Amino acid sequence: MPEQSEHLVKSFDQDLKRLTDMLIRMGGIVENQVALAAEAIMDRNAEAATRTVEEDVKVDALEREVDQFVIRMLALRQPMAADLRLVVAALKVTGDLERIGDYAANVAKRSIVLAQFPAPQSLGGLAHMVGLVQAQLKTIIDALGSADSDKAIEVWRSDRAVDDIYNTIFRELITYMMEDPRNITPCTHLLFIAKNLERIGDHTTNIAETIYYAVKGEVIPDVRPKGDTSAYAVVRPKE
Amino acid sequence: MSTTMSSGQQEQRSGFSGSVQVNANTPLNDAKISIEELDFFYGEHRALKNINLELPDRQVTGMIGPSGCGKSTLLRVLNRMYDLYPGQKATGRVMMDGRNIVAPDTDLNALRARVGMVFQKPTPFPMTIYENIAFGVKLHEKLSKSQMDERVEWSLTRGALWTEVKDRIHTSAMGLSGGQQQRLCIARTIAVRPEVILLDEPTSALDPISTLKIEELIDELKHDFTIAIVTHNMQQAARCADQVAFFYIGEMVEVAPAARLFTAPREKRTQDYVTGRFG
Repeated sequence: MPEQSEHLVKSFDQDLKRLTDMLIRMGGIVENQVALAAEAIMDRNAEAATRTVEEDVKVDALEREVDQFVIRMLALRQPMAADLRLVVAALKVTGDLERIGDYAANVAKRSIVLAQFPAPQSLGGLAHMVGLVQAQLKTIIDALGSADSDKAIEVWRSDRAVDDIYNTIFRELITYMMEDPRNITPCTHLLFIAKNLERIGDHTTNIAETIYYAVKGEVIPDVRPKGDTSAYAVVRPKE
Repeated sequence: MSTTMSSGQQEQRSGFSGSVQVNANTPLNDAKISIEELDFFYGEHRALKNINLELPDRQVTGMIGPSGCGKSTLLRVLNRMYDLYPGQKATGRVMMDGRNIVAPDTDLNALRARVGMVFQKPTPFPMTIYENIAFGVKLHEKLSKSQMDERVEWSLTRGALWTEVKDRIHTSAMGLSGGQQQRLCIARTIAVRPEVILLDEPTSALDPISTLKIEELIDELKHDFTIAIVTHNMQQAARCADQVAFFYIGEMVEVAPAARLFTAPREKRTQDYVTGRFG
């Protein structure tokens, strides 16, 4: 990942490149899954939803491939220093990407249920959240390819905004549910969708931390911004 | 795992069940030897350039670097071996317990009793196993027969060789395997009860199992001795050493706890060397 001169053993360089390429390929599929899932909710597009779920098979297969390749590299190459950090980072990033893919698939499945109900009052907050999460994911996959720790930090800092929107959506949806019990089913699905997006943001942040460590050899010298306060949120019905 | 370890030592192993300790985040002890502004010359050739390095007491310092980088030269300075050759000289200070061992007035015999050395190839003397051990002891101490017997057994036990040779200590040391010969050499070094042990590529002529036995032995010995090991095998330095120093063309480029040097070296040259980008 970091800029390096070449190995004395050329095939080692090829292995490292192949590993990075696999991650970027996996990142690309996951990015597409999130985009499809977004389309599925926003445009009530059932076909996009189906494709999101179908893509998951590819992601799972790539995850297994990366895992096996990493174990092989650890055993046969015994990487050190930056190489070691990259190889271990690959193992972690692939896990995070796989989870992101799962969350995207779950969002897609819920969109099919949602489509059976009248459109809710407002999806503005959710649309904004989807946009942010997609932008972060794109940036982090770029950072993965270019070993860019500055971009990683940028993504790491921006997770706070996703958490803030999530808190707003959480309160908004509870209010809708209190207003009319017929809203409970669609709003519960929307709540899970928002939560899934928030989790995607968290895994993207994990990847940012992993990239930073792989590039710099040190952990991000700051406390992770935690903004999801919904666990403590109380919304009372209006009297 | 060795049966001679106390429970306290086992705790340090943090549950790792292999035979060699993982030195994650081991704090470094105070210096046993402080090398300050050391230069070394082979005639006109400056082989070591302004070396500043501390060897922590009763811990292992690994020295790595490509051939000709000065790491073996540094070992030779630490017991004044270079004094045997004309035209070689060291300037600067190597402080051990407050005294400069490269100063001209140093008692070399006393120094070499305190700082023992083991070489790349096993160098047993062509005599019995017992005599190999007793030979050096006799130069420094007058012991009775029973005291000497005791010392020989103690040394061979610490050298992890006693159980293998106890029935044949009065046979020739030349009949031992390469790995056993090297452990004999380590036992012979320990026999004069030094404070510091220098190991110059001690396993490069040995098979992997003998190598692991020596590494386990080093792990055991560091509880009593300060150890410096020169090795070409990076994984060995990673396995054995608490701190590792990287040398390149006579300079010490970087020194750091082993766990840091092999995961996140600060210098590009160290990074390039440990990842196999130049040699």
